[in-house]
Amino acid sequence: MTQRYVIIGNGPAGATAAETIRRLDSAADVEIVGDEGVPFYSRPGLAYLLNGTVPEKLLFSRSDREYASLGVRRTVGRVSRIEPTHHRVVVADGRTLAYDRLLIAVGARALRPDLPGIDLDGVVTLDKLEDARRIIRLARSARQACVVGGGITALELAEGLAARRVETHYLMRGERYWASVLDPRESELVEGRLAEEDIQVHRGVEVRAVIGHRGRVAAVELQDGSILPCELLAVAVGIQPRVELAREAGLETGRGVWTDPMLQTSDPDVFAAGDVAEVLDPVTGRRVCDSLWSSANDQGRAAGASLCGAGTPYQRPAPLNVTRIGGITTTLIGSIGGGGREDDLVSLARGDSGAWRERLDAFAVVADSGADQLRLLLGTDRITGAVVMGDQTLSRPLQHLIRERVDISAVRDRLAEHPGDLGKLVDTLGPGLGAR
Amino acid sequence: MRAMTRSANGGMLARLLHRDRRQREALVAALVVAEASRCVECGICTYNCPVGIDVRAHVRLGTPIADSHCLTCGSCVARCPRGTLRFEASSVFAPGPKASGG
Repeated sequence: MTQRYVIIGNGPAGATAAETIRRLDSAADVEIVGDEGVPFYSRPGLAYLLNGTVPEKLLFSRSDREYASLGVRRTVGRVSRIEPTHHRVVVADGRTLAYDRLLIAVGARALRPDLPGIDLDGVVTLDKLEDARRIIRLARSARQACVVGGGITALELAEGLAARRVETHYLMRGERYWASVLDPRESELVEGRLAEEDIQVHRGVEVRAVIGHRGRVAAVELQDGSILPCELLAVAVGIQPRVELAREAGLETGRGVWTDPMLQTSDPDVFAAGDVAEVLDPVTGRRVCDSLWSSANDQGRAAGASLCGAGTPYQRPAPLNVTRIGGITTTLIGSIGGGGREDDLVSLARGDSGAWRERLDAFAVVADSGADQLRLLLGTDRITGAVVMGDQTLSRPLQHLIRERVDISAVRDRLAEHPGDLGKLVDTLGPGLGAR
Repeated sequence: MRAMTRSANGGMLARLLHRDRRQREALVAALVVAEASRCVECGICTYNCPVGIDVRAHVRLGTPIADSHCLTCGSCVARCPRGTLRFEASSVFAPGPKASGG
């Protein structure tokens, strides 16, 4: 009998699950239902659309033609509820889609802080293509913009607006950038670059209200009563997994939709993957949310196999992101907690992992050579995390050492004293690791 | 202050020369290899390829970029914001580590 699989959400988790199902079951009926009218695109690429390094049409990385050749149907619609007992989902326009197995891969949405005036025209978040288009449109006429929030998305917004020649003010509640993840020197490196990009950084300030004029943003009022004029306010204070559909269907949820190692939810025929899912971390035994493209792909692959009954437990690798913050290529791997307080983010942002705030039983050692910095978190016999800023030569070997939990006890003392020697030592830790 | 500026410029020059040397080496005996787990499908590599290779598709599908048209010019390697792409010695021309592919 033909199995019928329905996937809610056309992001990397959903699309990769669909590909996986097709590989495992050539006869299956696979349908992806998503609420955006456009084909699959790169969400992280929106940052590069904003700063002008890539045109919009290049973002569509998995075409409808590719879906068709895989025999995957993409339909547009907003799912209004899941009815697990009837094995069907109901779309807002009244259609119902029957399933044998269902995947929830609806992602997360940007939070809007509860501030007076937050619904004014000109207050923007960056969730989807439509948002990026709106920001680009607004940037054409805006003279001044304010950006609030910590993490990667806030900086991408600030840099995108500055690149579009909008006078950009970056407002930080704390005293330094992304204090919960970066160490003080790393924050300083990033902030130095923002100044070079003509982004004005304000420390220790908080927005009290958004002031409008004829329904549009005209200024923000700060905690101390001062007024900063702006026609655009970009907000990136964190994300919230879209758990509502699952919760209303009676599935167990916490911050995200709870999953077991097979990415199965509390209903045996419903699975979850990507930003919406809360998955077990094999290292700590706790449930965590990641908001990373590679995690979404990995989970989509694992969930796709589980949906077909061919799954193996999802092995969550140490979270990795490589990104440009303040124009500096930065790799974040594993547990790296920066030691500072979380002032600008509710908890998790895009391109972010809850695990980065952790600092297992490890101490930090730093090699600083001006524009480049390397920070290693040394556990008793392995490296538990790393931040590589600037020169990326060591980022690949480190990815391997951390993810594979390679025993480094033989060189630990030397690394503790001279972390910069890692480059000379990698070959002793594994064959081929030092290769470029 | 002046000394700092000079050393910063010196560093930049050294980096540029280093990149130039790497690029010339690559032209002789290298191919572009990818690590798919770093890719976020932004398309910057494809957009910047002077001969129109859909680099991103190669990365995602895990097929080698050793396309007969690839000039190994390094545009995609240099512009990828995620460090997905790198040069690797080609076994055709020189002994070296095997391409790990995507």
